[in-house]
Amino acid sequence: MTPRAKLVALRTIATKEILRFSRIWIQTILPPVITTALYFIIFGNLIGPRIGRMDGFDYMEFIIPGLIMMAVITNSYANVVSSFYGSKFQRHIEEMLISPTPNYIILIGYVLGGVTRGMAVGIAVTLVSLVFHPLNIHSLWVMFSMILLTSILFSLAGLINGVYAKSFDDISIIPTFVLTPLTYLGGIFYSISMLPEFWQRMSLVNPILYMVNAFRYGFLGVSDINLGISYAISAGFIVALYVFSLYLLRKGHGIRT
Amino acid sequence: MAAALKITGLKKTYKGGHVALKGVDLDVKQGDFFGLLGPNGAGKTTIIGIITSLVNKSGGEVSIFGHDLDTDPASAKACLGLVPQEFNFNMFDPVVEVVANQAGYYGIERKEAFQRAEKYLKHLDLWDKRRVMARTLSGGMKRRLMIARALVHEPRLLILDEPTAGVDIEIRRSMWQFLRGINAAGTTIILTTHYLEEAESLCRNIAIIDEGELIENTTTKQLLNTLRMETFVLDLESPLDHLPVLENQKLVQLDETTLEADICRDDSINALFAELSKRDIKVLSMRNKTNRLEELFMNLVENGNGNGNRTAP
Ligand SMILES: Nc1ncnc2c1ncn2[C@@H]1O[C@H](COP(=O)(O)OP(=O)(O)OP(=O)(O)O)[C@@H](O)[C@H]1O
Ligand SMILES: [Mg+2]
Repeated sequence: MTPRAKLVALRTIATKEILRFSRIWIQTILPPVITTALYFIIFGNLIGPRIGRMDGFDYMEFIIPGLIMMAVITNSYANVVSSFYGSKFQRHIEEMLISPTPNYIILIGYVLGGVTRGMAVGIAVTLVSLVFHPLNIHSLWVMFSMILLTSILFSLAGLINGVYAKSFDDISIIPTFVLTPLTYLGGIFYSISMLPEFWQRMSLVNPILYMVNAFRYGFLGVSDINLGISYAISAGFIVALYVFSLYLLRKGHGIRT
Repeated sequence: MAAALKITGLKKTYKGGHVALKGVDLDVKQGDFFGLLGPNGAGKTTIIGIITSLVNKSGGEVSIFGHDLDTDPASAKACLGLVPQEFNFNMFDPVVEVVANQAGYYGIERKEAFQRAEKYLKHLDLWDKRRVMARTLSGGMKRRLMIARALVHEPRLLILDEPTAGVDIEIRRSMWQFLRGINAAGTTIILTTHYLEEAESLCRNIAIIDEGELIENTTTKQLLNTLRMETFVLDLESPLDHLPVLENQKLVQLDETTLEADICRDDSINALFAELSKRDIKVLSMRNKTNRLEELFMNLVENGNGNGNRTAP
């Protein structure tokens, strides 16, 4: 395939992926917006004032970046895992497998779908947050780059889950037992400086902590973690997951008999 | 000139140990209309799966128009179009997108992709349905959608795995017409079917596979010639009270007014009629008892590799 033809194939896959979740926006975009709005109301508005200040900010201000991040993580992941599993289940993944489109184009196409959904939800949730608190912007560049890296990372993770999934149940096991706990413990609702020393150190093995903190730095200019480490960890995970996904596709794991 | 398809020593053992292919060799010439026949579970879809890179082979080689599938998969795949046995498009996509997206996977620009989708959907009489969700098509329409999808990048080799299963007679005939047309225009076609009439009428060459082995590979004509006996059913004007005994012809009485006669291809049917006339037996009509190819097929498959553990035919 010529580079031009590969680009066309990539555009085709990405467009298809984006149309897929856009057509069912009531199931894909609306729910995270509603859930996050509830978090804003309950934790930010009702309970927040009693909690007092966190790292020198209103509790509401403090949790907004983390909640946006949480919505982006869940939705990038969910988009790719359900789309990829669906294409295995209905077997239309075969349309791509028989074509000359290389595996890495297929992979990037799915990731673009996940990133777009993550971003769409991220923007929607950010708009909702404006109702509760004016937007703090410390560094737009950090905000944008971190959210992009995070959505790429979790799109790749979703794809790997989709490759291994053998039933519809399998696509919710990782989100329920791994992703949600890691996100909740990833410093969305608290600063790890509040934790006893042991738990602070334990928290550092959670990759999501680095992303949440870097993203929050983009808003507030404070972070529990060194920014460079956050970028290095995100980039490291992306490279590792990319290589692994490509390996799975090449081997045809779960898609070729 | 490279063969459209060249398969050597193709083997497949599925996970769990089932041996689906035991070393199949097959050559399909460019421009051919080739039939791949065999009973359920013979391994036809497995062969096609390997050719189209949906199934990992356990051994052997595949080359498509001279492009080796292992060393130059992109060129090999670009030559192929597939109409699979089972529906495998996104049921929730609009019909036109199923076809246009497939073109996209072959690097055909979006605008051109939609023009081609229009062309082939019109050919297959589905243009009216272009905007509906693929799920809502009838079974026969879904098959035609898969044909349109397989043609959109104008492949040199079109592989159809039971394309006419569940398609009504009228549409089947028009599909035959359509396939003959694209074959005449230069597309090599490989077809599997359980309708032997279909194979007889479309295919120039036929391979028969059974239990993962090739048991016949020749021209359709040659294949039919090997069939020496034909069975005819004769409907008589008036009931017989006893079965006439003829000199060189064994007859079987099915009921009062129906006889069955096996006739050797070398003998003339006239002899039979002369004998019957002599006995004042009038024949009203006569028909071939079975599709000739069907008969042959049964013989081959039953005797071909008679290890006797075959379940229902
Ligand atoms: N994914 C699979 N895993 C294990 N065994 C399989 C798989 N797919 C096919 N088989 C087995 O391989 C054999 C050949 O199957 P295949 O689908 O190639 O037959 P076929 O000739 O296409 O039959 P049909 O006319 O029914 O379509 C069968 O015994 C089948 O059960
Ligand atoms: Mg089959």
